[in-house]
Amino acid sequence: MTTRFDIARAAKYWLLVDFLKGFGIGLKYFFRPKATINYPHERAPQSPRFRGEHALRRYPNGEERCIACKLCEAICPAQAIVIDAEPREDGSRRTTRYDIDMTKCIYCGFCQEACPVDAIVEGPNMEFATETREELFYDKQKLLDNGERWEAVIARNIETDAPYR
Amino acid sequence: MSAFFTDHWLGITLVILAQCLLIIVPLLVALAFLLYADRKIWAAVQLRRGPNVVGPWGLLQSFADFLKYIVKEVVIPAGADKAVFLLAPLISFVVAVIAWAVIPFNDGWVLADINVAILYVLAISSLGVYGIIMGGWASNSKYPFLGSLRSAAQMISYEVSLGLIIIGVIISTGSMNFGDIVRAQDTGAGLFGWYWVVHFPMVFLFLISALAETNRPPFDLPEAESELVAGYQVEYSSTPFLLFMIAEYLAMVLMCTLTAILFFGGWLSPVPGLPDGFLWLLIKVLLLFFVFAMVKAITPRYRYDQLMRLGWKVFLPFSLAWVVLVSFLAKFEVLGGAWARWTWGG
Repeated sequence: MTTRFDIARAAKYWLLVDFLKGFGIGLKYFFRPKATINYPHERAPQSPRFRGEHALRRYPNGEERCIACKLCEAICPAQAIVIDAEPREDGSRRTTRYDIDMTKCIYCGFCQEACPVDAIVEGPNMEFATETREELFYDKQKLLDNGERWEAVIARNIETDAPYR
Repeated sequence: MSAFFTDHWLGITLVILAQCLLIIVPLLVALAFLLYADRKIWAAVQLRRGPNVVGPWGLLQSFADFLKYIVKEVVIPAGADKAVFLLAPLISFVVAVIAWAVIPFNDGWVLADINVAILYVLAISSLGVYGIIMGGWASNSKYPFLGSLRSAAQMISYEVSLGLIIIGVIISTGSMNFGDIVRAQDTGAGLFGWYWVVHFPMVFLFLISALAETNRPPFDLPEAESELVAGYQVEYSSTPFLLFMIAEYLAMVLMCTLTAILFFGGWLSPVPGLPDGFLWLLIKVLLLFFVFAMVKAITPRYRYDQLMRLGWKVFLPFSLAWVVLVSFLAKFEVLGGAWARWTWGG
């Protein structure tokens, strides 16, 4: 077998053709608009189906939506939800305990799909990092507070998404 | 008063100290911004924004980083040789700084106007490898050791061709003084009188060797993240790491400046009518630095055997042949002595 001297390839090698092409591409991208956004100041658009931090909602008259059917607890693949319930003084069935371990949760959204009364929902908030692990063990009060805080956005998202369900 | 500064030993020391500070302080401040520029250019090519939070457009990012490094804890590995471990970054840093003593920033603006300036710079930049070897060895850890071995082999390999390329320039000038080299390029033809025309292929060889010499991509094998984590810097933290990093970038800026002086006419103006000055050197260095930063963004890393093949089988023979060629071109004064610009008459 003989090795032939490929003049074209040698010229390409010595004239740094590949490098110069790469440099040209690099320069082209250098002047392109940036693909990233300036996050804390700018935000990417968010789908109404976004599954973020959980919230427990209330009816407009202030009554809790949750009826302690425990469907969310049953469907939760990560077993992050724990619910205890007993009848209230007025006879209606309500939860006495509704805990979500946010470190276990995989944000699959099954709980909100399972909920017959749209009580547990995953809201638009994704900035709920904490300094300790314990702060991520959410209890009923924390979830209800979340509901109050995000109700406007949650209600609008549910309304926007309703025609596609 | 002036007699104090020229005759008394204390006065002379003070003047020298002031001159040193006059070089080092602006150099380090400039370095902070060059570091920032490097990151910004790299980010821009990758369609990212880069640092943009500290100060306007993130301009103060490097100072924030420096401060962060300084206030962090110095971690010394249990098995490390403590003295050598701490000495290594110091040596790297000092060596990187003292090379600047002979660099002329303008006609006559040079701290030590010695006649063997090029030899001095070569010697000093060779010493830089000691810091790296000591750091890698003293860490008593596998990655740093491998990284430092690679680095040593790489720097020595490319210094050979770097030296040969410089010999061509020395032959053309007949002097090893940077001032003389720049003045020899002042032919009245502006841009086209500089050495990059007559030493054309060597400019690229020099730039590529400079990349290898400063361990920059595509020759950043000593600190290849994907295989060696960070090479000889793995065990370093806090201020020692900062010193290593500054030394690395100082060496890079030094290489840019050397290229500007040797091949692109230092402080000379590219257009015959315009006045020469420090600003031209600055512009040239910044342009070269931009090229360095772009190269980092666009090139994949060489394999170790490719690196060695390029150094010994391509660069060395090529630069050697060029030295012989230039010797003849200079001796017989071809093209009206374009390669023989001896001030003392050829």
